[in-house]
This record gives sequence, C-alpha cells and structure tokens, in this order.
Amino acid sequence: MSGPRGEGELRVVMLPGEEESTTRRHFLKVVGGGLVVVLVAPRALAWPDAATEQAGAGGPGGDPRPAAGTPREIAAWLQIGPDGVATVYTGKVEFGQGIRTSLAQELAEELRVPLEAVCMVMGDTDLTPYDMGTFGSRSTPQMGTRLRKVGAAARRLLVRMAAERWSAEPGSLTAAAGRITDRASGRSVTYGELAGGEELTEIVEDDVELTPPARWSVAGRSVPRAGGADLVTGAHHYTSDVTRPGMLYGKVLRPASIGATLSGLDANAAEAMDGVVVARDGAFVGVAATDTRVAEHALASIRATWKSAAGPRPSSKTIYDFLRRTRAPSRGEREGRGNRDAFSRGDPGSALEKAAHRVERTFTVAYIAHTPLEPRAAVAEWSKGVDGPRLTVWTGTQRPFAVREELARAFEMPVPHVRVLVPDTGSGYGGKHTGECAVEAARLAKTAGRPVKLVWTREEEFRWAYFRPAGVIDVRAGADAEGTITAWTFDNYNSGPAAIRPMYDIAHQRVEFHPSESPLRQGSYRGLAATANHFAREMAVDELAREVGKDPLAFRLQNLSDPRLKAVFRAAAERFGWEREVPRDHGVGIAGGFEKGGYVATCAEVAADRDREGGRVRLVRAVNAFDCGAIVNPDLLRNQVEGGLIQGIGGALFEAIDFRDGVITNAHLADYRVPRFSDIPEIEIVLIDRKDQPSYGAGETPLMGIAPAVGAAIFEATGVRPSSLPMARGGLSGSS
Amino acid sequence: MRIALQVNGQRHAVDVDPSRSLLEVLREELGLTGTHYGCGESQCGACTVHLGGRPVHACVTPVSDAAGRPVTTIEGLATGGRLHPVQRAFLDEEAFQCAYCTPGMIMAAAALLAENPRPTDAEIVRGMEGNVCRCGTHPRIVAAIRRAAGLSSDGGAAAKARASVTESRP
Ligand code: FES
Ligand code: FES
Repeated sequence: MSGPRGEGELRVVMLPGEEESTTRRHFLKVVGGGLVVVLVAPRALAWPDAATEQAGAGGPGGDPRPAAGTPREIAAWLQIGPDGVATVYTGKVEFGQGIRTSLAQELAEELRVPLEAVCMVMGDTDLTPYDMGTFGSRSTPQMGTRLRKVGAAARRLLVRMAAERWSAEPGSLTAAAGRITDRASGRSVTYGELAGGEELTEIVEDDVELTPPARWSVAGRSVPRAGGADLVTGAHHYTSDVTRPGMLYGKVLRPASIGATLSGLDANAAEAMDGVVVARDGAFVGVAATDTRVAEHALASIRATWKSAAGPRPSSKTIYDFLRRTRAPSRGEREGRGNRDAFSRGDPGSALEKAAHRVERTFTVAYIAHTPLEPRAAVAEWSKGVDGPRLTVWTGTQRPFAVREELARAFEMPVPHVRVLVPDTGSGYGGKHTGECAVEAARLAKTAGRPVKLVWTREEEFRWAYFRPAGVIDVRAGADAEGTITAWTFDNYNSGPAAIRPMYDIAHQRVEFHPSESPLRQGSYRGLAATANHFAREMAVDELAREVGKDPLAFRLQNLSDPRLKAVFRAAAERFGWEREVPRDHGVGIAGGFEKGGYVATCAEVAADRDREGGRVRLVRAVNAFDCGAIVNPDLLRNQVEGGLIQGIGGALFEAIDFRDGVITNAHLADYRVPRFSDIPEIEIVLIDRKDQPSYGAGETPLMGIAPAVGAAIFEATGVRPSSLPMARGGLSGSS
Repeated sequence: MRIALQVNGQRHAVDVDPSRSLLEVLREELGLTGTHYGCGESQCGACTVHLGGRPVHACVTPVSDAAGRPVTTIEGLATGGRLHPVQRAFLDEEAFQCAYCTPGMIMAAAALLAENPRPTDAEIVRGMEGNVCRCGTHPRIVAAIRRAAGLSSDGGAAAKARASVTESRP
C-alpha cells in the first residue's frame, strides 16, 4: 500500500558508508554508532506541493523555502543502537495531538519492535531532518507513511544482514519483537547485535512493501500517550519551564496600539535598577532581570510615547463592511476560475433564476484567538563558536526550521549556527507558527550576555499574537422542485479559501475567495477557513432543505455522491437518533463535510430559553462521526475528535475579539470567553475505521461540523436563523 | 524580606519581595515548574496549588500569604512513590492532550474530592469551572474525577473508544 501522496521515488540509504555526501557527513556528525537508515527524497518530492504547504502555514510565518545548510532531501531517519533501541528523528513537534505516540506506533509496526524500543527525537533543528512544520493535518499521512517506509526498509536490511551472517536464505528468516529468527535452525539474533556489527553500505530502492492496516498489531491500537507519567506529576518541562545557568527573565515594551511607532523613550530609571539590563534594537525595547517581578518593575519604569498608525481604523463593529470594501481582485478574476481560490462550472446565474427554491444569505465570522494555555515562550542562549557566535533557542513553535531561519535572518548569521529545540508544547492550534518570541528572547540574551527566558503574558497573547481571520461570506443557492441543488455561488471575503468548494453535486456553481485588508494580524488557525466555509455552506443548505420541504439529512444524502461522506452523515444521525422526538423548546441540527482527508458529520441538540432577555441557548448534546482512513490509535483519535468539537463550541457560540482604534478591548480571559466545563454538552464520538484507506490526520476536520449543526438546531428551537459566528455571545442574533 | 515556606513537606527560607506571587516564587526561586502560568489573573486555574489544604490560584496569592502554612504543589501530590488517585485516574482516562492544564486540573480535582468525596457530575462541573482546558478534554477530566472517586465502573476512556470504533469496508 502506498501513502496518500506520490512518494514512490523515495530511496532508502543505509549509513555508514563510503560515499562522501552531505547526507553522510551530516549524520556522522550527529550520531554515534549503530545502524542508520535514512529515507531520502529527491528535492522535488521533498517539497510535495509548496503552494499548499504555504497555504497551510497561513499568514505570518516567513519564507517557507529551504535555506542552505540542511540536507533537504532527507525525509526521515532512524538509528538502531547496539542496545536495540530504535531512535527516530523527525522535525515534527508534539503539541498535544499525540504524534509522539502514533508515529512511534507506525514505525514499531513496520520495524517489528515493541513500542518501548522506540525513542522519538522531535523538533530539534540540529538532529532532525528539515520539516516544513507541524500543521495542516499532515503528520499522519506524510510523516507516518515515511516512518512506515523507513521501518520496513530497515527491517529488510536487518533480515539480509542476518541471512549473510548465517548464510541462510532471507526468505526463511522472520523478524519479530526486535529479533531475526531462523525458524529452521532456531538461531536468532537481536537487532542490536546486528547493528553493532560491521559497517555496511546499502542503497535500497523504495519498493518496500508496507504492512496493510488490517494486519497491524502495534499500530491500530489504543496505546497510552508517551510520557503520561511526567505530565500528571509536573515533571515534564515545557519551554516556559526550561531553566539555564545564570538565566534572566525578560519583558518587552509593547506599543500603545497596533501599528503605533515609538516617538520618545526614557529608560534611565530601568537602566539604573540593580540586576536589570535594558536592550534596544531599532523599534525593539525590552528588559531582562534576575526575576520576573524585577523585570516587570523595570518595564513599568520606562516612559515611552507612541504615535498612532495613520489610516482607517475599523472596529469589531465595522469590520465586515471594511473587509468587503477593501477586497483586492481575486485570483479567479486574475487567473481564471480553476484553482484553489476560485472555481466555476456551468451557468450559476441563469440556474439560480430558473430554480424553484432559492436561498440568499450573508454570513460573518469574527476574529478569534487561539488562546493556547501555554502562551508563547522562549529561552535563548548565545555561545561562542570557532567561526562566530552560536544561538540556541528553546521555544514552542509549530515550525522549528522556519523559526531557525527567522532567527538567522534577524541576527544575520548562517542558518546552521542557530539551533531551535521544541519541547513538547502546551498546544498551539495553528497559533504558534511564528518566531517573534524567540527573536525577542534572543535579542535580550544578546544584550544581557546571559541566557534569557521570555514568556508572553496572557494579555500579550491576546494583543500581539495573530488571529483566525474575520470574514464575510455571501451564498446564493437554488434547488429544483424535487430537491436537487442546481445552482450555487459562494463569495468569501478575507476568511480564506480552505474547503471553499461544496462537496454536493451541483451542476452550476461559482466559488471565489476575495482577499481583503485585515486591520488585525491574522494567520493560521486549526482548520483555517474550513470552519467558516462549512458554517456558511451548511447553514445555507439547511435553509434550502427546509424551503424545499425536505428533511435536512435526507436532502443532503440526495445531493451527495461520496460514499464516505454519506456514511459519516448516516453514522452521526444513527447514533444521535435523528428521528427522535425532542422537547418542545429544543431543536436539532446536522452538518458535515470533508477536508484534509477527513470526513466529519455532526449532530447537535440545543435547548432555547426565549423568555430570558435576548434569548439564551444551551447546547445539550452533540455527536461527532469521523472517518480519516485506517485508524492508527483509536483513543488518541477520539481525544482529538472530541477536543476539536469542544474547541469548535467556543468559536460557534461565544468567542470573538473586540477591537477599536487599534486596541484589543477584551484581552483577558475574563472578557474573552472560552469553553468551560459548564459549556460542555453530552458528547458521543463515532469513529469509522477504514482499514482499506490510507490514514489521514485529525487535528482539524473534526471541528467543522459543530457550528452549522448548532446553528441549524438554534433555528429549529427558536425560529431565529443565526448568520454570524459566534452565534450566541450575548443572546441570539440573526434573522427570523 | 525573608519568608519561611513549607512546600511539599520541605522547609525553605526565601528572601523575596513579599508581594511577589506564590506562583513566581515556586517557579523561579524553588524550581517547582510543574505549577503553570496560564493567565496570571485567576481566570484559568493552571496555577492551582493547595495552601493550608485548600485550593488557591498561586498567580494571585502573594507569597507572604503562604508564610508558615503548608503548600502542596503537583510535585508533592504523590506520596511514597505512589501516584495520588487523581493522578492515576487522569492517566487511566488519558484526561489530557497537551497536558499544560493538567497539574492545575489535578490539584483542583484533588481538593474537590478531599472536600466532597462523592460528588455528583453537577458538583464536579461547578468545582472545576475555574479551570480552563483549551484542548477540550473536559469530558475525560470529569470521567477521571468520577473514577478517582470510585464512581465509575466502566473500563475507562480507552475501552469506550474501542467500543465506538466502527470498522467499515464497503
Ligand atoms: S495562571 Fe493563575 S489562574 Fe491562570
Ligand atoms: S490538555 Fe491542553 S489545555 Fe488541557
């Protein structure tokens, strides 16, 4: 079975060897003995589709192109030590999604070793192969497939080594539990013994056969998350827990408003304080001190004046008009409608005119904040190298290699002189692609001449990180008398093109993403615009179903042909009891979709209390059905599918960033409401294990059904049709 | 100012500004980094510790308040090399993803159960409302608390997950 992407040309080479390649030099530098197996991709394939990667990275985040200094062609590598431990080196990072565990399972499966024999080295730019970043639900389909290949190739090599040692036929040997056994003679040898033996040079073409999921024994099971004991005892060190000898604590001066420039500065008082270092570099002003309290005092003593940015300053009230007004020509207008941002077929204009039933709606989505519970953090340390300074930074970023390049640019130093390490991090959800905190910590450390830790405050996270984009979406849809959707136009302003095309079979359609000017810093967010686009699409489809007079589930099934999508809709409806009677003031809704290899359908039940001022809704129950192919670890997957749904509740019902005159006005957890225990409904998860399909990721798609399912349920309960996210921030809004 | 602290059964004398938060002193002076910063404003519970046996948000507790009173942090919850039942239950239910919230959740839950050994689900929700999990592991946390209280008899999250996996091959 091959991976979901065409990686057929990957080669596996075994080191050590004779060939003096950059690859070999790199590995000999970083590993000791044992057997090293490297999965090598030709340059072109190491960068499968740069455009998509960049889109996935979204917004701020710098140049995704490779820089010199890393063997770019390396996709993954594995070392088997004389002790039999298989160490995997991957540039992916663990943010709570569970890939430290699931990737190890996939490797262990193919290598035929117990899971305990696998050690994962992740997100260290000196040790791991270059990686674009951990985002876009790509770890499972891409890295998982690569590790399976490298594991299978390594196993085959070990079998051959044993065969040579014994002058036996490779076909008569079996590999299991970290050993090669010759069934005929009963001889056996451990991987460690083989790996500690003589050097071999091997280049293996990538024709390795992978174990089909139906025959998995280590993968496909719910093994507990790696390192759990350290997580429940406080022993795990997140970036914000890293300490270094002589380390100082940093604070950074922030502008009075977004885009304001520094017009005056008096830092004399801070400079006179004991144990305080003041760092200035252009617009950057910060302090480092022996503890956080002293750093706060020093920062507070700095007198700064700011000049506000010029130009129009929309607020959270006027943003939607602003986004519509400032739209740039779309890619569809510039390049034609046959790309990721724009698509058309048939004649939607006249199809709409002829439609027996029509729906025309505008939807809006607010800026929202990722609010990872561990804010941005970095510990920076400078040292001397023979040919110039070296910089080491621990930081919780989803893109360690991009941050390394950002640091190298900021300090004008060669990329290989910078090392970025990513401890397993307190989550990110697409919000930690960038290296601003790492650069700030490094500036402070450079001036101080000592290591510096910088942890952003929650307020800084709200004010100076980036947001999920706000957006406006216009939908027009038409159906014939029998309930076939015949016409569809969909214009998205600013929120983004992810999952913009309808998954329904519609003969006449035009979809288009229109980029606009964003007054706030915006970027990637779990699922990107797929949440907004699913909300608008599914709300419009729900309304169209009701216009036609059909049940919303039946209407969808009638207009869908993808069997896997139909299957998740049916599975969710069945578990939920779609036909079941609910109390009079309750409503139910269903919605779903497809994105990044995952199929989701969500049912929701809400209770409405229209007597309360403004109306109140409470989410009572939700069912999420999900199919992302062959399941690598059911419990980790269920955790993701459940967590995604819960995070989606926040954006659906009450999360929104308020701003005015370039200032975020709800930059505290007391004012920015995230889901709490009392907001959580009864939740059921249905996972569909498609062992005949490649495995895809689950970090994003499970969020996408909840907002429109809740929206449809609110309509049924109240007669108010929600048209903006969040839907129930201070009472219901929308149109009847 | 010199302040005598008693943390996880150990005595420390720290020379600090008495208005500094207990959280900062635990993390920066005593190296106990298992207690986390999430907001600094008593809004997330990531910094929950026990002070005199009661749960407090260490980020808004001046260190002077802790003088002479026993403090327990996540590092001191396990005794004699044995995990506290709440820690054990969080592992069994795998009640975390990134686990940054977990120490605060466990400390809040342990305090809740010390006060009310057999809470109803509504009491658990009320007791945990001040703790934020951004990864959305709330249902597992509730399950873990029930388990620690001896209220659940099912096979835990993993078993439930297995039960809800449908294998499908058209
Ligand atoms: S850090 Fe103390 S409550 Fe959030
Ligand atoms: S597990 Fe990540 S915040 Fe709770």
